[in-house]
Amino acid sequence: MAEINPPLLSVKDLHGHYGESHVLHGMTFDVHPGEVVTLLGRNGAGKTTTMRAIMGLLRKRAGSIRYEGTETVGLAPNRIARLGIAICPEERGIFASLSVRENLLLPPVVLPGGLSVDEIHDLFPRLEERRSSQGTKLSGGEQQMLAIARILRTGAKLLLLDEPSEGLAPVIVQHIGKIIRDLKAKGFTVLLVEQNFHFASTVADRHYVVEHGRVVDMVENDKIAENAARLEAFLGV
Amino acid sequence: MTTSSSTTAPVTTSATSSRFPMTLVIGLIAVALLLAAPFAVYPVFLMKVMCFALFACAFNLMLGYTGLLSFGHAMFFGGSAYICAHAIKVLGFSPELGILAGVLFAAVLGFFAGLLAIRRQGIYFAMVTLALAQMFFFFCLQAKFTGGEDGLQAVPRRALLGFIDITKDIHLYYFVLAIFLFGFLVIYRTIHSPFGQVLKAIRENEPRAISLGYRANQYKLLAFVLSAALAGLAGSTKVLVFQLASLTDVAWQMSGEVILMTLVGGMGTILGPVVGAAVIVTMQNYLAGLGEWVLVIQGVIFVLAVSLFRRGIVGEFVAVAKYYHARKTRTAGRARK
Amino acid sequence: MIELLGIPPQALFGQLLLGLINGAFYAMLSLGLAVIFGLLNVINFTHGAQYMMGAFGAWMLLNYAGIPFWGALVISPILVAIVGMVIERILLRRLYHLDHLYGMLLTFGLGLIIEGLFRRQYGSSGLPYNNPLPGGTNLGFMFLPNYRAFVVVASLIVCFATWFVIERTKLGSYLRAATERPDLVQAFGIDVPRMITLTYGFGVGLAALAGVLAAPAYQVSPTMGSSLIIVVFAVVVIGGMGSIMGAIVTGFGLGIVEGLTKVFYPEASSTVIFVIMALVLMVKPAGLFGTAK
Repeated sequence: MAEINPPLLSVKDLHGHYGESHVLHGMTFDVHPGEVVTLLGRNGAGKTTTMRAIMGLLRKRAGSIRYEGTETVGLAPNRIARLGIAICPEERGIFASLSVRENLLLPPVVLPGGLSVDEIHDLFPRLEERRSSQGTKLSGGEQQMLAIARILRTGAKLLLLDEPSEGLAPVIVQHIGKIIRDLKAKGFTVLLVEQNFHFASTVADRHYVVEHGRVVDMVENDKIAENAARLEAFLGV
Repeated sequence: MTTSSSTTAPVTTSATSSRFPMTLVIGLIAVALLLAAPFAVYPVFLMKVMCFALFACAFNLMLGYTGLLSFGHAMFFGGSAYICAHAIKVLGFSPELGILAGVLFAAVLGFFAGLLAIRRQGIYFAMVTLALAQMFFFFCLQAKFTGGEDGLQAVPRRALLGFIDITKDIHLYYFVLAIFLFGFLVIYRTIHSPFGQVLKAIRENEPRAISLGYRANQYKLLAFVLSAALAGLAGSTKVLVFQLASLTDVAWQMSGEVILMTLVGGMGTILGPVVGAAVIVTMQNYLAGLGEWVLVIQGVIFVLAVSLFRRGIVGEFVAVAKYYHARKTRTAGRARK
Repeated sequence: MIELLGIPPQALFGQLLLGLINGAFYAMLSLGLAVIFGLLNVINFTHGAQYMMGAFGAWMLLNYAGIPFWGALVISPILVAIVGMVIERILLRRLYHLDHLYGMLLTFGLGLIIEGLFRRQYGSSGLPYNNPLPGGTNLGFMFLPNYRAFVVVASLIVCFATWFVIERTKLGSYLRAATERPDLVQAFGIDVPRMITLTYGFGVGLAALAGVLAAPAYQVSPTMGSSLIIVVFAVVVIGGMGSIMGAIVTGFGLGIVEGLTKVFYPEASSTVIFVIMALVLMVKPAGLFGTAK
């Protein structure tokens, strides 16, 4: 099926298990180049599991995950990263035994076109100020910035951001929203996991609603207002 | 240490009620065979197997049932041997008192060693027990009363309880058999007691057990002391059989051997260590002439057991039995899982 | 000459130097163990045998290939490291998803095999290896043999270089990060399984290097590793496994303490490290430099 704008990431019928428990029951969705797309859902819906599956971190997965046409469902995480996907995990994953600068420079450049260190420092000035501090000595918001910042240098075009607004003060959440919009303007494609759909609506083009490990609905961002009450009830906000 | 098959939980209620008499029947047959065995097989060999089987069962109480790998159990086995030998040879004790002395020593040593070792988890526990055992080894090497490199030899087989003659191997055999069965029963009862259930809970999920109110460290320490005492029982009995206590009994290689026996036989099963001890002792007997190759072969068995046959001999049997039992009940039309 | 507590300075400093040398070996071996344990979570029981292989490598290179000490110093560790990496790739790697004790038992079994094979071939007594730096200098308060000075300096350099690479370089940052979160580091594009293999090789190489340095100092014997490695385990328990600098400091420090004990209270010298271990366990179970787990 020829498409004018083929998807960058195409997930079809993705099943996933944690040990014995069947967590993903056939996730299907697309992300087009330059889009910001969210996976919305309650705790335990399978959003983070989907991210991990895309990144290759979920051992038992089946189905199809195509990135730029390449089937990735059977690849090791480092191979997937080298195709141009990068993850900012839910727990942020800042390394305690590394300084801020070392954390920032850790993910290797896998493709041309990533931001330079200077450009990253322009977006995140705090990180330059605190570059010699131990990574985990940063505040929660600063650690979130660092977790996003370090994957911008790699040249990855698809960014997987898992609940970047979680547990952060509203001012910082706004800042992160601005950063995501900036990244979109620079040409990055973002798949976002969020429970806070108000925040999601300030950055995203489309939202997939996830429940029990499958996509149950898709809402365009300009239709969000009409669906707000329904989504609020659904997400238990 | 998580084991892949737990054999203490019965599968279904009908299996339990039909299994219990079966276990009893098999047990009685085994005892009958053991009673008759010395007329067919060399008694000293059988006694050696029983001593090491008891040692391995005691060790497995820690590894298979509490989930703690002790790399220093030789200090209980050998330390008890030295005390028993000294008590009998030098102090003139009768055998049962010598054994008692050895067991008490092992229990006390186990208490203090356990206090230190249980402060660390998993791998560290193994290293601490190894280092403590090595410290004990050097102590035994240097102490006068152990006889140093010669050990304590020609320990007399005094009359049991003052009047039962055990100088003949065949007579001693029944005494050793009684000790072995006693030790085995103590372990069996411990495993199937509430105390044993708590140990199992600690092994499988210690934080959860603690949150339920169990003082995990106390349970682990008690299990360790019991394990040490029973290992001491094995060591002291061994002194009667071979009339010798030596540095070999407290060396790290001895700790390694008991681990090997348990691994080969199947840890987490009650019969595994017995089978493993029988296999390894038999193997050592046959390969005695090959000198250093024994070390190599034991190493190879270790590598194979850890890489491929983690369930051990008995573990594999149990797994196969469970598989056929599951198939049988499935075809009988009963819904499973 | 001034006597210190009834001990002539020659004896005191001579014994201190020996203690420092022992400490150098403790430091290098516990450093290798710590590096391997940090990333693989495996206590490498084969470490003693690999140390012994390093020494035998030097002996074999000299006696079969005519390669002297200085060549062996480079070649032997590389060869032993390659053997180690093959072991990791084929055997050890299969056990990572299991309880860590299986890895330890595997390396224990491998240690038995290696020691058994060498004992079969070369017997249990030691083989001589000539001192490549004979002679020494008289410092007045003691006589300093050249080779012993070399061992101390070489091991300090090796330990410091290792610490520097791990704690201060980009390569080291990959190792430190992978020790914390290997899955995340792999998700950034780094081949973590290969890093693990190389790290194991490095730790083994360190052990073998220590073995080469030991060859002229002690004799080359198949049992030289197993008796040493248990003391090194005690050193590691005392220092705590977490810190690289901790392993180095504890190793050297305990060597010196052992040396001093030999001077003032010789009967306790073989057990003093274990006694210290017992004391540390009572006071700070995580080890002197360790972080509580």
